[in-house]
Amino acid sequence: MAIPRLAIQRRGNLGLPRSFLWDGSILGIALLMAVPVLVIAAFVFEPVNDNWHHLAENLLADYVGNSLLLMLGVTAGVLSIGVTTAWLTSMCEFPGRRVLTWALLLPLAIPAYIIAYTYTGMLDFEGPVQSALRESTGWGYGDYWFPEVRSLGGAILMLSLVLYPYVYMLARAAFLEQSICVLEVSRTLGNSPTRSFFRVALPLARPAIVTGLSLALMETLADFGTVQYFGVTTFTTGIFRVWFGMGDSASAAQLSAMLLGFVFMLILLERWSRRRARFHHTSNKYSRIHRYQLQGFRKVLALVASLLPVLFGFLLPALQLLFWTFTTAEESLDAAFFVLTGNSLMLATLTALIAVLLALLLAYGKRLHATPLVEGGVRTAAMGYAVPGTVIAVGVLIPFAWLDNSIDAWMRANFGISTGLILSGTLAALVFAYTVRFLSVSIQSVESGLGKIKPSMDDAGRSLGLSPMGVLRKIHLPLMKGTVMTALLLVFVDVLKELPATLILRPFNFNTLAVRAYEMAADERLADAGAPALMIVLAGILPVIILSRAIGRSRAGGNVP
Amino acid sequence: MSSLQVSNVSVSYGSNTVVHGVSFVLEQGEIGCLLGPSGCGKTTLLRAVAGFEGVSQGAIAIDDDTVSSPRRTLPPERRAVGMVFQDFALFPHLTIADNIAFGIRELSRSVQKARVQELLELVGMSGFGTRYPHELSGGQQQRIAVARALAPRPDLLLLDEPFSSMDVELREQLAADVRAILKKEGITAILVTHDQNEAFAMADTIGVMFDGRLHQWDTGYNLYHQPATIAVADFIGQGVLIDGVVLENERVETDLVTLEGRVPKGCKPGCKVKVLVRPDDIIHDDCSPRKAIIRKREFRGASYLYTLELQTGVRLLSMVHSHHDHAVGENLGIVLEIEHLVVFPQQQAHTHASLA
Repeated sequence: MAIPRLAIQRRGNLGLPRSFLWDGSILGIALLMAVPVLVIAAFVFEPVNDNWHHLAENLLADYVGNSLLLMLGVTAGVLSIGVTTAWLTSMCEFPGRRVLTWALLLPLAIPAYIIAYTYTGMLDFEGPVQSALRESTGWGYGDYWFPEVRSLGGAILMLSLVLYPYVYMLARAAFLEQSICVLEVSRTLGNSPTRSFFRVALPLARPAIVTGLSLALMETLADFGTVQYFGVTTFTTGIFRVWFGMGDSASAAQLSAMLLGFVFMLILLERWSRRRARFHHTSNKYSRIHRYQLQGFRKVLALVASLLPVLFGFLLPALQLLFWTFTTAEESLDAAFFVLTGNSLMLATLTALIAVLLALLLAYGKRLHATPLVEGGVRTAAMGYAVPGTVIAVGVLIPFAWLDNSIDAWMRANFGISTGLILSGTLAALVFAYTVRFLSVSIQSVESGLGKIKPSMDDAGRSLGLSPMGVLRKIHLPLMKGTVMTALLLVFVDVLKELPATLILRPFNFNTLAVRAYEMAADERLADAGAPALMIVLAGILPVIILSRAIGRSRAGGNVP
Repeated sequence: MSSLQVSNVSVSYGSNTVVHGVSFVLEQGEIGCLLGPSGCGKTTLLRAVAGFEGVSQGAIAIDDDTVSSPRRTLPPERRAVGMVFQDFALFPHLTIADNIAFGIRELSRSVQKARVQELLELVGMSGFGTRYPHELSGGQQQRIAVARALAPRPDLLLLDEPFSSMDVELREQLAADVRAILKKEGITAILVTHDQNEAFAMADTIGVMFDGRLHQWDTGYNLYHQPATIAVADFIGQGVLIDGVVLENERVETDLVTLEGRVPKGCKPGCKVKVLVRPDDIIHDDCSPRKAIIRKREFRGASYLYTLELQTGVRLLSMVHSHHDHAVGENLGIVLEIEHLVVFPQQQAHTHASLA
């Protein structure tokens, strides 16, 4: 019904103040969240210095080349693994399909740098694979060639193994959402199942697949731990080198700006591919999926193809971590380890609470007062996920350090007290950077939860005698509980895994699980990295369980009206 | 005593007025309907009656208590008005019984339970109390939405396009069912819809709205046979407008025949007018000297709807028994039998050109 725009804004009537209060607070949050990116962007206009000339002449080509090769390799990797497994588990019937459907998400629980440590441990000269090879053949050092895992190819493999679930998840959802009718139409028009897949199902799922791919590529660009450990020079390692090695914040910011340019192109690619999504879903009839019943060797092939990513992306690395943890349990599970765990939990909890509170504020603001200004503000605030942690850290540290120095100078001039580094040297900077990066995670889940509470439910509550606060308490609270818990958990786990921003922004002598794992690995003490890494992976399994439950319910016509 | 009184009500969003000076009265136990195309302001008016929108002019009174005026809007929860929403808006986290009991929480448990039981029986769904909304079909959810709105015994029940998401076959059955329930309980109600059949099936009195204005508040019979404006004549049923000239003594001369009946006051003799001719006003008669060529025919089961053309080029619609099977291009003898003469001044016809 063609009610004018304003009428729609008034729906979802909770009777809360609608005007400048919402505008003001939402724009305030958006602006605060945009600070790091704005700071980085501002450095584009700064004149370059000698360090930059050195970079441009000797290193930049490597950064760009390696980053591009990495993206190319990961694209091939995640597409082939992700799309194949998504099609097999959604459209074919073979033994183990049900278990594999959720098990294929498990690699998401392992951060790329941690899987890199485990494969290095397994495949290097001292590792079990080469040792077994030497024992069985009698070869010695230098007698044989063995692929070097610590290389660009290795990094591509590692990243593909843990990032393919993004493509798998979205492609699978797209295959399931497609009306089965279009596939049946294709069959009646004389296409075999395989041809139907390539001519109908794949083009229809393309926007979803591209979205999954762009998420995987954003993670690839953001990766620091893997490429650093493997000695592959990319933008993120370059930023670290310039920042810590040369102490040059301006060049680090300029390098960050270039990296942001890459990210921006990914976002454009994703938008462009989604632009056409609105033509899809021509039919709304959902019949039960009749999965292709695979027979004989095809059955075995499907099982193996779906099992391999789980085996290499989760089971083997997890076993390696367990093994290391047990062998080093006595030394590594000491008091320091519990301090470390406490630090990580505290940071993750704090950030999760802040991010979810902000997300609630933003989502309710958008629901009750949806002006273009407010919508733009919410979008801006949710931008952080695309920005690599390294870039955010640089973008946080520069203004915070400036602010600290200004405050310090002012206090000394007026009161004779030195305040020191009250922002940049404390957890405030770290929590702020995490919030910028992971706010979008909480906004997404809160918005999807809120979207399920139709505005007419608010009205129904009011017409049945509830006050606006009553609607919040009796209808929203029970319906939003699960959503809020999910949002908290997702942010919590993302913070636990985060490495580069933590490395840059942590206060002196302050350690987390991720940093500890990184330091142990850097010291060639891989076994000692096992315990903290295992903790991170264990926590990471929780959101995977939530995701797999959400995926199970995603098909239309299942439940929930 | 009138149950609902809407007096000269306007509703605006900023400078944009969506409802213009609407007035009507609904008596106790009467079922009214606001009928009109999308965007005509009918839902906005309903939401103003419910208290979700304020009024910028006029007043709304329920049982002679003013609930809306430009200065004051009684909040929806204090109006004792029940509402059934287009998408039903059942609470997904509550069972059917809890949904129905939602508006009567302050009553004692046993009273609540008895009332829920009574309502489930009323809507023919006893035994569904422990289910959840998503386990019900659309039609069943609809009944529960009605039961939930009736639970607190509202003074007035509002239904916002309650059948629009139903299958066509289900719609009329449900409309009849809901009407029976409302009549049995003696509830005053207003329905909003764009479907005239639904309006005829449910309502005692129907208001037709266009562009935020109420054109006519009347029975379905009068809307068809005595439309107040060309817009109403166009929206309700089928028909064509033919040219005519007003003569002395309330007569109108047309190409077909000279008609007698009520002529609008403004139309003096010599005035050019438009005359509404419904398909059932044109009777097929082979003996009639007046012939028309069949240009188009639509089979309607019991009848044919013929589009006829006179020698003067004027086109007419005629509803004829389907025994009279004539081909396109044949001549058909016709007689004009207009029981209710409906005449509009020319000027009005200019402003509303879609008919004819």
